Amino acid sequence: MNRDDLIQKLIELAAKRFGRDASALKADDDFFEKLGIDSFQAMELMTDLEEEFDVEIPDYELQGVNTFLKLADVIEPRL
Amino acid sequence: MIPPERYQCLGELLRDALIQFKSETALIECDRKKRKASYTYLEVKRLGERLARRLQEASVGAGDRVAIVMSNQAKWLISAYAALYRGAVLVPIDYKLEGEEQEALLRHCRPKVLLTEYAEHRDMKAVQAGELPISKVFVSEAPRPLPDDGVHERWEDTPDELPPADFVMRGREDQATLVYSSGTGGRPKGCILTHDNYLEQYRTLLALFPFEVGDRYFSVLPTNHAIDFMVGFVGAFACGATVVHQRSLRPEFLRWVLQNQGITHMAVVPLILEAFERRLRENLEDKHELVQHLFEGARQLNAALTLRKPRQKLSKWLCKPVHDALGPDLRQLFVGGAFVEPQRAQLFYDLGIPVVIGYGLTEACTVLTVNDLKPFRPDTVGRPLEGVELEIRDADASGIGEVWAKSRTVFAGYLDDPEQTAEVLQDGWLRTGDLGWIDPSGHLHLVGRTKNMIVTAGGKNIYPEDIESAFEGLACEELAVFASGYVWREPASARLTDEALFAVIRPKEGEPAETLLEELRRRNHKLPDFKRIAGVLPWSEEFPRTASMKVKRGVLAEQLRERARREDIRRVSG
Repeated sequence: MNRDDLIQKLIELAAKRFGRDASALKADDDFFEKLGIDSFQAMELMTDLEEEFDVEIPDYELQGVNTFLKLADVIEPRL
Repeated sequence: MIPPERYQCLGELLRDALIQFKSETALIECDRKKRKASYTYLEVKRLGERLARRLQEASVGAGDRVAIVMSNQAKWLISAYAALYRGAVLVPIDYKLEGEEQEALLRHCRPKVLLTEYAEHRDMKAVQAGELPISKVFVSEAPRPLPDDGVHERWEDTPDELPPADFVMRGREDQATLVYSSGTGGRPKGCILTHDNYLEQYRTLLALFPFEVGDRYFSVLPTNHAIDFMVGFVGAFACGATVVHQRSLRPEFLRWVLQNQGITHMAVVPLILEAFERRLRENLEDKHELVQHLFEGARQLNAALTLRKPRQKLSKWLCKPVHDALGPDLRQLFVGGAFVEPQRAQLFYDLGIPVVIGYGLTEACTVLTVNDLKPFRPDTVGRPLEGVELEIRDADASGIGEVWAKSRTVFAGYLDDPEQTAEVLQDGWLRTGDLGWIDPSGHLHLVGRTKNMIVTAGGKNIYPEDIESAFEGLACEELAVFASGYVWREPASARLTDEALFAVIRPKEGEPAETLLEELRRRNHKLPDFKRIAGVLPWSEEFPRTASMKVKRGVLAEQLRERARREDIRRVSG
């Protein structure tokens, strides 16, 4: 999977989980703001993503991650 | 429970506990849905004393400061034991702070040794660069080599062949810890707490709520927090209980521990209690109406049968689905750190899970009062613990005034800050900064913080916390009450008028604003005139909170001042 596909997949999964329209989301969107979620919900999303990609991301790696781009930065090296 | 009277210091008490309970399980560490490690008391003793030897070689001795910056985990408690074994002053620093904030505290207290984990160390750039005068930095779980500077060492790299560490005895009046109180800005406040403060607190608190061997305490509040330090370290070890940690604090992993690791006790902040209740209600909403009726019936029956005192076995049987959902073995919740909603505490009690509400502050070690369970009183923070005297000073006509306390658990002062010390310590009394009143049966009721108090034009005192509790449970994410004159500081409103009160509301996604406003109006109308809010300011950002999840009012007010306008406030009528 190349990086663009990964980002697209992340957007789709996040949109699906929170019932949003994926086409309205962009790679550098602040997902807390765009999805209207809090940090608890973000953590739940992470767990979904970990299952989907079969990776494990330590919580501290997710500090400061607020866009799909940054999220891809954390997930990509683990794929 | 090991009686503390014959002990002089925490190191001595813990050392004996580790021998006395040697084959019991002291620590369980989980990571996600796995149990990663468990240690007996004897293993903790061995690991802790070997680390103590390394501290000794770094010339740590009586009165030297040793800082810990770690998330909750087995190594936290092992490190703390090692430091206390060497007679050091333990400085537990909040792992949730930013690296720079942690470094500011390290600069303030100048520890000889820092014990930390990779995830925290990564963010402490000045520590990595050797800019702080720390002689040794032990880093756990480092996935890559540490700076080769003679200062950094891996926490795990204890050589096999080490001579035993020498135990360093301390006296009751000697300093045991330096704890930074979760102040909301301003100068760092390092509270000096003595061994006597802790041994006395342990004696009075654990006498009321003792652990038994085999009890399992789930440690989720940061261990630098006074409650977790006392209940999830000193108290648990001195009673032979097991402390359980979860390395990932995601909600589903916390639930997994509660449901699968036999947790009997847990300390939480009100916000977590709220999340528990939400989950209970969500579970119930999915169920058939009949199930909801049965649930309500069981709750009422249990409430009636436990009116005078808790009856755990009966409650567990009556309210089994609730107990299974939260944690089948959970027997008691400790709540502190902020205001607890009486209705919520009552709900949990009615379901058979007593909620121990404590009131305290770092300056008084852990807690000054705890609420009664026989019969249950969720409406107050309870009566003073043995040896605690309380006074309400400068009370107004309704009996509300500032709470002052005198007790052997009151701290010795702030590090290097005689000015702030003199402000709060006067003639052996601690000025708490909290406002409250004492009812005829001796129970303390808190209404707010002195510095948050708003004085209306009519001379009435208003406490934002009090008004917020009237809006508890509204369908919004967060709500805080302010006086607009405080936020925007117009000179004209030096004396605030009641019209100036407004609620900042972070709405829930997908909740219609009209429904929320309607409910808000309804509740607002029930308040006495002078407490009613005049408007609502919608706000999309998460509120800044302290480690114990209290809203940082000052910081939030600043954000509002910068990014919102008074004109954005929507008026609510009625």
